[in-house]
Amino acid sequence: MSAHLPEVLTRSAADLADDLASGATTSVALTRASLDRIAAVDGAVHAFLHVDAEGALAQAAAADERRAAGQPASALDGVPIAVKDVLATRGLPTTCGSKILEGWVPPYDATVVAKLREAGLPILGKTNMDEFAMGSSTEHSAYGPTHNPWDLTRIPGGSGGGSAAAVAAFEAPLALGTDTGGSIRQPGAVTGTVGTKPTYGGVSRYGLVAMANSLDQVGPVTRTVLDAALLHELIGGHDPLDSTSIAQPLPGLVDAARQGATGDMSGVRIGVITELGGDGWQAGVQERFRESLDLLVGAGADVVEVSCPSFVHALATYYLVMPAEASSNLAKFDAMRYGLRVLPEGVASPSAEEVMKATRAAGFGDEVKRRIMIGTYALSSGYYDAYYGQAQKVRTLISRDFAAAFESVDVLVSPTAPTTAFPIGEKVDDPLAMYLNDLATIPANLAGVPGISVPSGLASEDGLPAGFQILAPALADDRCYRVGAALESLLVEQWGGPLLAQAPALPSEGASA
Amino acid sequence: MPDSLSRDEVAHLADLARIDLTDAELDHLAPQLSVILDSVASIRGVAGDDVPPTSHALPLTNVFRDDVVRPSLTPAEALSGAPEEDQQRFSVPRILGDEQ
Repeated sequence: MSAHLPEVLTRSAADLADDLASGATTSVALTRASLDRIAAVDGAVHAFLHVDAEGALAQAAAADERRAAGQPASALDGVPIAVKDVLATRGLPTTCGSKILEGWVPPYDATVVAKLREAGLPILGKTNMDEFAMGSSTEHSAYGPTHNPWDLTRIPGGSGGGSAAAVAAFEAPLALGTDTGGSIRQPGAVTGTVGTKPTYGGVSRYGLVAMANSLDQVGPVTRTVLDAALLHELIGGHDPLDSTSIAQPLPGLVDAARQGATGDMSGVRIGVITELGGDGWQAGVQERFRESLDLLVGAGADVVEVSCPSFVHALATYYLVMPAEASSNLAKFDAMRYGLRVLPEGVASPSAEEVMKATRAAGFGDEVKRRIMIGTYALSSGYYDAYYGQAQKVRTLISRDFAAAFESVDVLVSPTAPTTAFPIGEKVDDPLAMYLNDLATIPANLAGVPGISVPSGLASEDGLPAGFQILAPALADDRCYRVGAALESLLVEQWGGPLLAQAPALPSEGASA
Repeated sequence: MPDSLSRDEVAHLADLARIDLTDAELDHLAPQLSVILDSVASIRGVAGDDVPPTSHALPLTNVFRDDVVRPSLTPAEALSGAPEEDQQRFSVPRILGDEQ
């Protein structure tokens, strides 16, 4: 039996904000609709690790009271949202998809979560993810995989597959994700949703459980480009609690999205990255990418090909820098102050070190263990210069490629991911095959520049969504929104409606995947 | 050392990283780590000595704040996730060996 999909659930957050402002609906009604949808379909999708129905409804009632008093806290006051489980939420479990944090309830809010609360967005719950955001499929979650709403036998991308699936399955109009090597953009691409990785430092990382702190960024996961801009503006800005937070304000993102939606791209210079395409890239993904480019050209954009020669080393660079930082960041899970504590078997009076080893053995999954050990190796004396030191230098070369490219173009584009969603189980024990998913998204993290993924359509060979990635110079996030909104409006016109309108109906609770 | 890791070397890394690995895990992970290491080894020699390293995407240095008392967690909040506590402190296993 298919789950009923009420029209209100398919509306954008921007439209819901208008509905709330005009009194056409209430936050309690919207929040209840999302919770009912979660109850109906999340058994099959498994986007959520924790649902806070009671808390969300209480926040919704408070939002309605503010509206009634004529004092909404923000434009999105009352619009419900889902939050990736890597962000600390006071009073709500935060597991990072790991057994080592099972049952942990943070005593504080991440800054972005505090901003959601101040702006009045009811928090529906916490979304599933690869353990500590390590993965591209959400299969590395200790709590079981999330299923792609387009085909429940396939992966929803990762690490933020839960947030992307929640939005794609109409369980939430908005979600927060985090992107270290593509964990917002790649799930966006394979679920037909929109995701932005902001400029590094543009959104506070305080309360984001770090995987690789020089690469991690929090960003919006939505169904439309305008919604992403609205949410990005809400969570962005300087935070004294994050010493890598940027002080200067970003150009207007919502304005850029609205301007882009008019579809006029005249004077915009677009560079196609030579190194991110060609052999090994799924034909249907490239087809949709070329078609999107043609639409932008038709709207007045100038398109040229740009070579970024160091990008061929981006994957290797990332898989040294990231594990090195992760091995250090995850040292804090030591069984002493919070989280799991496991005593080693058959030891009468175990030492702290023995408890630490037993706890980390029991609490971490395979992928986390792999990355910690690669990072430990890359940082060990004798190999530091050859691996980590060299990776840091190549990182400089990649930034220089971006700088050179942005001298001649306004934005750089590529397909977001090399393929559409693959079957669950196909790559879970083949780390290298899994890592290749991030080929096109990693360079932006290494250089700190912003990027957005916008749906480009369905690949002809499998009928699954593909994504179009737009990258801009640091602090020029507005360009991602302008070009993204233009492409979205041109494609939606061609499709006769949003891409997600073509997604199959989901089975209701009880039906098996 | 070549770009592959023996079972013993993986066991040593696991020890450094404070993770107990079973024999089965060592058998499973050692070849996987070798494959990963082999693929990232392509990076050696890519950048010359004249290229400065980048540790961070932003050119930020020395971010200071005023040295003033700010609100913080209460002891009860700070201890709320502790596996064990004792007299408002984290209670931990012994940290010294018998011979120490």
